[in-house]
Order: sequence, then C-alpha cells, then structure tokens
Amino acid sequence: MDLKLKIWRQPGPDAEGKFVHYPVHNISKDASFLEMMDILNEELVANGEEPVAFDHDCREGICGMCSLYINGHPHGPDDSITTCQLHMRKFKDGETVVIEPWRAKPFPIIKDLMVDRTAFDEIIQAGGYVSINTGGVPDANAIPIKKENADLAMDAAACIGCGACVAACKNASAMLFVSAKVSQFALLPQGKVEAKRRVENMVAKMDDLGFGNCTNTYACEAECPKDISVANIARMNREFFVAKIS
Amino acid sequence: MSVMYSSITKKIWMSLMGLFLMIFLVVHLGINLLLLFDPTRELFNVVAHFMGTNPIIQIFQWVLFAGFAIHIVLGITLQIQNWIARPKGYKVKASSEDTFFSRYMIHTGIIIMIFLIIHFANFFFKAKIFHSIPEFILNGVPTGMEDMGILVVQLFQLPEYVIGYIVALLILGFHLDHAFQSAFQSLGLSHKKYTPFIKGLGHIYSIVITLGYIIIPLFIYFTK
Repeated sequence: MDLKLKIWRQPGPDAEGKFVHYPVHNISKDASFLEMMDILNEELVANGEEPVAFDHDCREGICGMCSLYINGHPHGPDDSITTCQLHMRKFKDGETVVIEPWRAKPFPIIKDLMVDRTAFDEIIQAGGYVSINTGGVPDANAIPIKKENADLAMDAAACIGCGACVAACKNASAMLFVSAKVSQFALLPQGKVEAKRRVENMVAKMDDLGFGNCTNTYACEAECPKDISVANIARMNREFFVAKIS
Repeated sequence: MSVMYSSITKKIWMSLMGLFLMIFLVVHLGINLLLLFDPTRELFNVVAHFMGTNPIIQIFQWVLFAGFAIHIVLGITLQIQNWIARPKGYKVKASSEDTFFSRYMIHTGIIIMIFLIIHFANFFFKAKIFHSIPEFILNGVPTGMEDMGILVVQLFQLPEYVIGYIVALLILGFHLDHAFQSAFQSLGLSHKKYTPFIKGLGHIYSIVITLGYIIIPLFIYFTK
C-alpha cells in the first residue's frame, strides 16, 4: 500500500518545527507502524537525508517508550494498543497519515517526534514507591488481601507510563498516570502505610511540572493503551481529600 | 490566590460549588413554575417576597453569591492553566471518545455568566438596588409586596428576550449535562454500581431543569 505521510520535523528542542510530506510506497499491510517508519528512514538515509527521530524500544507493547500522535489519536486509530502494536492494515491505501509528537508543556520536544518524558520520572520520584521495610518474602497467605483489591491494584499497575493520557487530554493533564501509580500502592497493605504522604507529594509534583487540570472528559481512558480506568482518578481525588483533611 | 491551591483542591471546590448551584437551580425553578399555575401571580409574588425579605434567605443569598464567585473564578483559573499546559496544539484535532459537552465547559460557562449578568440587571438589581418594581395589587387591593411576577410576564412578551432566554437555558443544559457526573467524579465518588446511575441521573436532571425553565417563557409568550 501507498501512503502520504505528514510528519512533524524539528531539528532540536528550541528549533522551529514544520510538517514535511513524505510519500511511502509498497508498504505491506502486515507491517507494523514502526516498521513503516523504519522503511521511510532507510529511504531517507539512502538519499542522504536526516532520518525521522521517534521513540521506541521493546516493540511489544510493554515498555511505554513508543509514542506518536497519529491522525488525532495517541498510539494511532486502534484501541488498547501502543504504536508499536499498530499495523498498517488499520489504514487505507493512499491515506494521508499525520504524525505529530505528544504536545504538552512538561513534555518538551527533543527532536522530530521524540519528547522528553522525564516529568513522569520526577512524579514517581516524588512518592511512587514503597520505602518502608517490608522484610523478606512472606507466605502467600500471611497478608490477607481482598481479591478485588489485588485485581484493581494489578490493573492500575498495568500503566506503562507512555504519556498517551497527557497527549489525549485537551488540558494536557497527567491525572490518569498519577492516579494509576497512586492506586496501585494505595490498594495494597504495604503501600497504604505511606498513602497520604504519597498522594500529596505526587500531586504537588504533577502541578509543579505544569501539567493541566483534569476536567473529567475521559479522553485519557479512551486512548490509554492499557485501558487504565478513570475510576483511578476518582480514587486519587478521594485519597487526596482524605490526606488533606486528616 | 486560587493559583496557589493544588489542582485537586481546586476541583473539589469547583464540584462542591457546582453541586450547590445545582440545588439552587431546582429551588429557583420550583418558584418560577408557580407562575404557570396562578394567573393572578399571587403565589409567585408571595414566595418572591418571602425570598426577598426572610432573614435566613438574606444570609443564604450571600452564600449563593460566594458560590457563583468561587465557581467562576476557579473555572477561569483552571482553564487558563490548562491552556498554558499545551502551548502548541495539534494539527489534527483530537477525536477521542470523550463526552462532547465536556470539551466546551469554559465556553458554555462564559455564556451562562453573561446571561447571569443580564438576568441580575433585569430582576435582582431592579428589586434590591433601584427598588423600581411596582407594588402588587391583588383584586384592586394593594398588598405591600413588589410585583416581581409582572416583571417576568412583561419580559417574556418580547420575542427577542424569549429566544435569548431559551438559547441561554439550552446552553446551561449542556453545561449541566457534563457537570452533574463530573462533580461526583471530582469528589472521588466513583463506584462500578452507582456511577452509571449518577450519569443517567445527570442527563435526566439537565433535561428536566432545561425544559422546566424553557416552558415558562413559552407559556407566557403564547398565552398572555
């Protein structure tokens, strides 16, 4: 299949960027989106041009490194997958595909489609860990945990920190990410010990970094490759409220 | 000052004030509907007189103004911060499956605020500041109460006012449709069993409020 790509090119963090048109030909519909990008880059290199910089790592949907805002959707038009799991059969032959970087003040562009997501690491450093001494590995039945809570914590922990929630949100809010990280600990006994301090510090850091405010549009949930639920945001609001008044 | 507070604190206040204003809308609608059931306007004027003179209501009136002020100031602050959070937008507009009205809360909110100012100029200031409302005369007997009802009836005989009012109320309905469930989410009240119920109730609430208010000018315009 043939495609008309419109790709955001920006030589460096402070450089002016612009959209550049690249036609690509004879792409297999079974190719992944990133393989299509690789093919384009090989052509660019062969022609002596600068290849398009984009983030990727594991290419199996678990590392959270790939990004790309494709035709108005973070991680492209398909549901519940990352860009590296997106296949070209989701596009029509001859289609125009607009590829943009994540857009948010706390995610500055490094080059082309690569953005710096250090802001997420800083939020984790503000409290997304357990620092109490939990001792050795206990017997499986020594700490009783409700099955429902174990499942909810596991679902929240599925967040790979890719930033699609921020990219999708009209306010560039990081609430879905932060709430997933708050929830995965708050639901379990080892995490509960530091729950109050954690939610206050992580929210303060999130605000400091300049992410927007959540207005409950739920675009984040719709675009999340790991289907993190906005119920986590409600849980974080609850945790935050309780921490502030107690 | 509202900038200092954390995003979630602002949202919690936003939702609390919003819920408070939603209760106020129900009370206000209840009073307005009295005009439909009593062509002499006596019921409406008695209640309006009570609302305008009862000392407890007079105190609550300031709580209500504070509610509006906090909701408006926070709403604008949150929105400005949100615009700053994405200095450069996307070429292709987002097409995520979000709730439609949630994208336009600031726009609907500002239109409602303008409506509120006009509404105050038409009713509240006339009654409270200029005291320019005629006395209510029932069956030839002066009652000592202001005839708030005649003010409403006169305004709702102007087609441009009726149309403006209906448009403003439809926009209020759009605002409320997102606001109702959003307030519960902001307060952390999310539950797999009750949240779908709250969402449904929010749709019903916004439709009932909007239609309830819209019926009044239409009724007055076509019957008086």
